[in-house]
Amino acid sequence: MKPAPFAYARASTLAEVFDALETHGDAARLLAGGQSLVAALNLRLASPSLLLDINGVAALRGVTFADGLLRIGALTRHAELGADPLVALHAPLLAQAVPHIAHAAIRNRGTIGGSLALADPAAELPACVLALEAVLVLASRAGERRVAAGDFFQGLYRTALRGDEVLAAVEVPPRAGASCTVQELARRHGDYAIVGLAAQSLGQGVQLAWFGVGAVPLRTPLAEAALAAGDIAGAQAALAGELDPPGDLHGPPALRLHLARVLLGRAAAALKGH
Amino acid sequence: MNELSSVDRPNSYIGRSVPRPNAKRLVAGRGQYVDDLRLPRMVHVAFLRSPHAHARILSIDSTAAKAAPGVVRVVTGAEMAAVCTPWVGVLHHLKGLKSAPQHALVVDRACWQGEPVVAVVARTRAEAEDAVGLVEVAWQELPAAVDMEAALATGTPVIHPDLGDNLAFTREHVGGEPDACFADAESVVVQAVFHTGRHTGVCLEGRAILADYNPAEGRLTAYHSNQAPHMMQTVFAKHLGLREGDVRVVCRDVGGSYGIKVHVYPDEMATAALSKMLGRPVKFAADRMEGMVSDIHARDHRIAARAAVTKDGVITAMEIDDLTGIGPYSVYPRTSAVEGNQVVNLCGGPYGLRGYKARTTVVFQNKTPTCQYRAVGHPIATTVTEGLVDLAAEAIGMDPAEIRRRNLLADDVYPFRNLAGLAFEGLSHHACLTKLLAMMDYEGLKAERDALRAKGVYRGIGIASFIELTNPSPFMYGIGGARISAMDGATVRLDPDGSVAIASGVTEQGQGTEAMLAQIVAGAVGVDLSRVRVTTGDTETTPYGGGTWASRGAGIGGEAALQAGNALREQILVIAGAMLQAAPESLDVRGDAVVDRDTGAERLPLEELGRIVYFRGDTLPKDLPRELVATRHYTPKDYPFAFTNGAQASYLEVDVETGFVKLLRHWCVEDCGTVINPMLVDEQIRGGVVQGLGGALLEHCVYSPEGQLLTGSLADYLLPMSGEMPDIAVAHVETPTKESALGAKGAGEAGTAGAPAAVQNAINDALRPFGARVFAQPFTPARILPALGKI
Repeated sequence: MKPAPFAYARASTLAEVFDALETHGDAARLLAGGQSLVAALNLRLASPSLLLDINGVAALRGVTFADGLLRIGALTRHAELGADPLVALHAPLLAQAVPHIAHAAIRNRGTIGGSLALADPAAELPACVLALEAVLVLASRAGERRVAAGDFFQGLYRTALRGDEVLAAVEVPPRAGASCTVQELARRHGDYAIVGLAAQSLGQGVQLAWFGVGAVPLRTPLAEAALAAGDIAGAQAALAGELDPPGDLHGPPALRLHLARVLLGRAAAALKGH
Repeated sequence: MNELSSVDRPNSYIGRSVPRPNAKRLVAGRGQYVDDLRLPRMVHVAFLRSPHAHARILSIDSTAAKAAPGVVRVVTGAEMAAVCTPWVGVLHHLKGLKSAPQHALVVDRACWQGEPVVAVVARTRAEAEDAVGLVEVAWQELPAAVDMEAALATGTPVIHPDLGDNLAFTREHVGGEPDACFADAESVVVQAVFHTGRHTGVCLEGRAILADYNPAEGRLTAYHSNQAPHMMQTVFAKHLGLREGDVRVVCRDVGGSYGIKVHVYPDEMATAALSKMLGRPVKFAADRMEGMVSDIHARDHRIAARAAVTKDGVITAMEIDDLTGIGPYSVYPRTSAVEGNQVVNLCGGPYGLRGYKARTTVVFQNKTPTCQYRAVGHPIATTVTEGLVDLAAEAIGMDPAEIRRRNLLADDVYPFRNLAGLAFEGLSHHACLTKLLAMMDYEGLKAERDALRAKGVYRGIGIASFIELTNPSPFMYGIGGARISAMDGATVRLDPDGSVAIASGVTEQGQGTEAMLAQIVAGAVGVDLSRVRVTTGDTETTPYGGGTWASRGAGIGGEAALQAGNALREQILVIAGAMLQAAPESLDVRGDAVVDRDTGAERLPLEELGRIVYFRGDTLPKDLPRELVATRHYTPKDYPFAFTNGAQASYLEVDVETGFVKLLRHWCVEDCGTVINPMLVDEQIRGGVVQGLGGALLEHCVYSPEGQLLTGSLADYLLPMSGEMPDIAVAHVETPTKESALGAKGAGEAGTAGAPAAVQNAINDALRPFGARVFAQPFTPARILPALGKI
């Protein structure tokens, strides 16, 4: 379990990152927290010729609130996300998700940008930014472009990120006062969820974003509408038409659908309890 | 003054929770595991492993691999076969057991996904792995025999055509009158089909070997992460064409073993052979991915079982039909028939039955070989037996604790031979159960469970009594022709500074063997524990022995150490008597000195005695013996095995909406005879319980229909982790074996033996209001929810 040979370089500015991406193209991989990438290297599931360490790029760091937007730098570690007062105030859903992410050692290194760019369909943060209707800021030599979370996740481990781009930050419209809950079922604490749900309600609206039930995190608009109308059973019933979960080692598709209904019931109770 | 027994001396350490002498070193990161060792001119090997469950090699092209940076040698099966002879994993006493010759590297046909095919030796492991990726093997895939249920069916490929079929072994045992019991019109018959999922033992330190063949002296030294160095000495010698005396096996620190590291593995044999071929040290350290497909698996059983019970709660008979798939080869040299054989031996073990019938069918399949893993066969037999007992209790409306009280062998019935033919010297089922029920506050717990049910919280209580085989005599392997010692020895020596050195044939794998040996010898000689040091795991410097497995370290190795320690004390006192002109019987050793036995007054520091003996022997009487070293060996003779017993209980909650199980509490009361170090025994029990809980709830080697292991990493093969583990309370009843002065029986496997059964019974207790039951491990949401009719 040794990685194939690779070169390592450390970038300190975005310009250096863009240089490397231009020169090496797909053969370069960006190293942030490394919590998935390094394992993939050791398993030889990934064998880039260049590992470009972006941990020193200041432009990717920090959490700010300005002009009515919460901006979370891509290098924000999970542990920082969970402890940040601005996140707790404006995007409490993210703060609630953090304890569910793996284990403390992983949360100390793993980054929100890494998690979103990897787009593991069973991970918490992609579903959270989907529920938050956040915008992902993608930087390239040409400048920044903004992609809605709903358009960012395009398939299994596939995102809207182009080869010359870096995920720079996440911008979240403020949700102060929102009720929110993260519900997930994992066989052991810290494992990827069999089924998970990031849910939020504010005013009349309800957002439900599922993880572990498909190739990408998913919203379920019919269930959201039913839940917004106070019809929990209707929301649960709607899931059969909106989710088409895969079977795997945990069990058949029917298991996931059943568990999703259970989680929806629990999420509804949690949202109401706020 | 009363005569004190040899284990009950005034300065004894028996029964004291002293810290392990090696703990500080290991915690400080100063251990020496195989992968820590670096020898001059050492190279590394990585293996190309079969990607298919069953496939023929058409051709191998190593050209690119040989040209890769750092590569020293690329070796195929045909070249390997010229250096390392194949082996066959059979034993005479397992009548009819058959297996096929197994090679270190596949010669022409791979029989499981993960079987080593080509060895690539390079300067570093990374370079060896790079080059493995360049070896081109043209495979012809063959139909695979994967499902054990279909192994003997027409149309299933026969894995070894020379053997005729895929049946490795079968045995049926009938005791008493089972048919009459089942035919009794007054009795109720209960039945179930149990599955114990295939799983494996995951050691913190993976398998590893550093083989150093020195052509100048024609000797092989193997630094090996292993439990049985003397067994491996024999195996290396036999299959590499060396004399046993020219092989040295050294087991320094070993990071867990659980039976995984007591078998002969083709990749380890290949590493030793490569060292002989290259004349230089070769290291192999299995990574986790290759460990998952090449470490032995275990417990892949389907058991159809039934029991007859009278309406007043007497369980009269059990009938067991066991089927197990062992992979394509019976593992050498202990064989893969032992687990099924143990199921036949152990089912019904705690109970006084009138009829017992049991059969095992052991079949070949194209999966990773299975063999002995901690508590071999016990968790299976206990799960079946205790599952049947609970079904019987439910069928006649009796409390699960009460039906056990009525059927467990009485504590005064021993010695006793049961219908399976097992001889019990002395067990304590009732004492253990009584203590268990008191510890857990059984009645209070039941009341709590019942009160919570009214609130829609479904908790269950499960009890499991069990027996455990420990201290095996030559009846386990020796009579079958295996050169696996049932005897063990200890050498104990007094050095001039008054310190004591022990060398023992039993081995340390992290469980505290060396602490146990030090305590016994410190007490026997009389010295302070801090003056004792222990050497284990070196065929060159320790007495010949079997190593540590089958819970034999304390019972056999400990007794040898006790006898050797007593002999050294006698030697010291004879010499001291001559120096002090006192009768040796009037003296004793306590602390750092020879003392007056009655008053405890110091007479002579040991250091002074050592100085005189070693450096001024001229001052001693000419005919005085001056041996300050004694070796003693011990082998159990009166009983084939020292059986122990115990009882466990689990308290848990089933989320009936999700099918998730939350473990709340776990209790174990067991009887390993004399407890030498309560802390170490308790932690052995707890660790064993956790492994049992893992098997019950999480761990599962899942294969595709084509024979591909789907749970090939620790992301998919779920190990129990601390967050999900309950508090585990441990207590003891002590019934020492009279066969030895020490009285110790084994404690290493009791936790694993009983935990899955307790969990199974607790889950079914929680599900009882719904009429739902589960008997297939691991008990996952995907199994519990269908039982509840939720999916």
